[in-house]
Amino acid sequence: MRIRPVGAHALLLDCDDAEQVEAWRAELWRRRAAGDLAAVDIVPAALTVLLDGVPDPETTAARIAGWHPRATAAGADAAEVRVPTVYDGADLPAVAEHWGVDVPTVVDRLRRTRFRVAFCGFAPGFAYLAGLPPELAVPRLATPRTRVPAGSVALAGPYAGIYPAASPGGWLLVGRTEMVLFDVHADPPARLTPGTPVRLVPAS
Amino acid sequence: MIEVLRAGALTTVQDQGRPGWAHLGVPRSGALDPAALRLANRLVGNPEQAAGLEITLTGCVLRVTRAVTVALTGAPVDVYVEHPTRPGSTTGRPERDPVGPASARLGPASARLGPASARLGPASARPGPRAVAGDAEPPAGRIRRPGDVGRPLSLPAGAVLRIGPARVGVRTWLAVSGGIAVEPVLGSRSTDTLSGLGPPPLRDTDRLPLGAPTGPPAPVDLTVGPPVPAEVRLTVRPGPRRDWFTPEAVDLLCRAAYTVTPASNRVGARLAGAALPRAVAGELPSEGLVLGAVQVPPDGQPLVFLADHPTTGGYPVLGVVDDVTPLAQARPGTTVRFHGPQR
Repeated sequence: MRIRPVGAHALLLDCDDAEQVEAWRAELWRRRAAGDLAAVDIVPAALTVLLDGVPDPETTAARIAGWHPRATAAGADAAEVRVPTVYDGADLPAVAEHWGVDVPTVVDRLRRTRFRVAFCGFAPGFAYLAGLPPELAVPRLATPRTRVPAGSVALAGPYAGIYPAASPGGWLLVGRTEMVLFDVHADPPARLTPGTPVRLVPAS
Repeated sequence: MIEVLRAGALTTVQDQGRPGWAHLGVPRSGALDPAALRLANRLVGNPEQAAGLEITLTGCVLRVTRAVTVALTGAPVDVYVEHPTRPGSTTGRPERDPVGPASARLGPASARLGPASARLGPASARPGPRAVAGDAEPPAGRIRRPGDVGRPLSLPAGAVLRIGPARVGVRTWLAVSGGIAVEPVLGSRSTDTLSGLGPPPLRDTDRLPLGAPTGPPAPVDLTVGPPVPAEVRLTVRPGPRRDWFTPEAVDLLCRAAYTVTPASNRVGARLAGAALPRAVAGELPSEGLVLGAVQVPPDGQPLVFLADHPTTGGYPVLGVVDDVTPLAQARPGTTVRFHGPQR
């Protein structure tokens, strides 16, 4: 892990892999909750953790350099969320072709995968779900759809994701869910928060 | 209640934003110049966190259904208050404030609201050539008096407030005693133009609820906001991906003059100028973004992120601007220069 400066009020922890990101994410959230770290936002991403709104980045960076995140199982601090999914996405055949298998095999792999929310972004409550092996990464659509319905379950790169609201989007659609993923009256407002284990279980 | 008679090009409800939710993909949002909105709130006796309006370029026309105090800050605009002739007026002529430079009026605010028309005559209140906010003469039975940016203005129930357009700069903030009381979303009433959280931008005929006033207006005659400079100068510090650029890129950023492009908005100020050369090709995995991040897409043209910026993004960040608020007033075509923190 390497600490990089981000202007006058922020730091970026540049990690070696997604597991290290998750370990630091959990460690920094824990330390902030314990009053051991001051930061307005702690934002995990693909290979980094951003600390924004840090009163004294230089001193904070020196302290973080001496910390060792606990080697806990990824997502150990969150309960698993089971997302009832109807596997009828328009791009299932395209995913099957990329993976060199048939459509039922794609569905079977997805429902068996133990996903974890690596990070959020793109839109409020949009979670990047890690867990597929890197060799199953799929490209985005060459031309994004102008409107992807809310609840669409989709794949891009090594991630799965679920559109919390209707929006334009270039991910490959594999299914849909009726689960509400972002509700401003809920606490937390996002159903899928960083670190949460997720399963895309077939809807009954 | 505020009734929106003319919403203008883009008028949004803004407060100090919703920081602390970036890890869920929720932008910070809030007024593009938070200090200007805080000042407007202080002038009307509101807590600094109260919600007001951010008015963009073309101005807007509003009617208040109850007596309120309002204050404007930010880009200088012409302001007119239009309301029925006061009952009990014996002159037969509408009461008007004198017209003239605000600095010439040094008395307490209450003294300026008296029947000054007796001295100066009604003609003096006619809008001058640049006073587009006034539109035509007020309807019969109504009077019009000019207001000012930077001081509390008291409005009787039923008054119409005509604001703008901006004479220079882009954005003006309006605070109303009691604050705009739309339902807060995740602790903020701000409109987020990127994610759609918060109330949608104002439309004609919208009605906005007002909260109960919490304090008296500030005993202030006039505050003078920072002038809108012809050229924006921004202090920039190293960003996390400086090593994705050639060693000359930061020098180039600080040496070259950039121009604000029309594609700029509340998400970011898009700049045009010398392309910033990359040392590393390829794509950066998505990572967290901060306010003021100078992000450089493959075309080399920098973009400075403002309040509605996304919380994660995939283009490398060369530098981070200390204070982005001058960009809130930068019209397309404005020159932007960067310099390091040492100068």
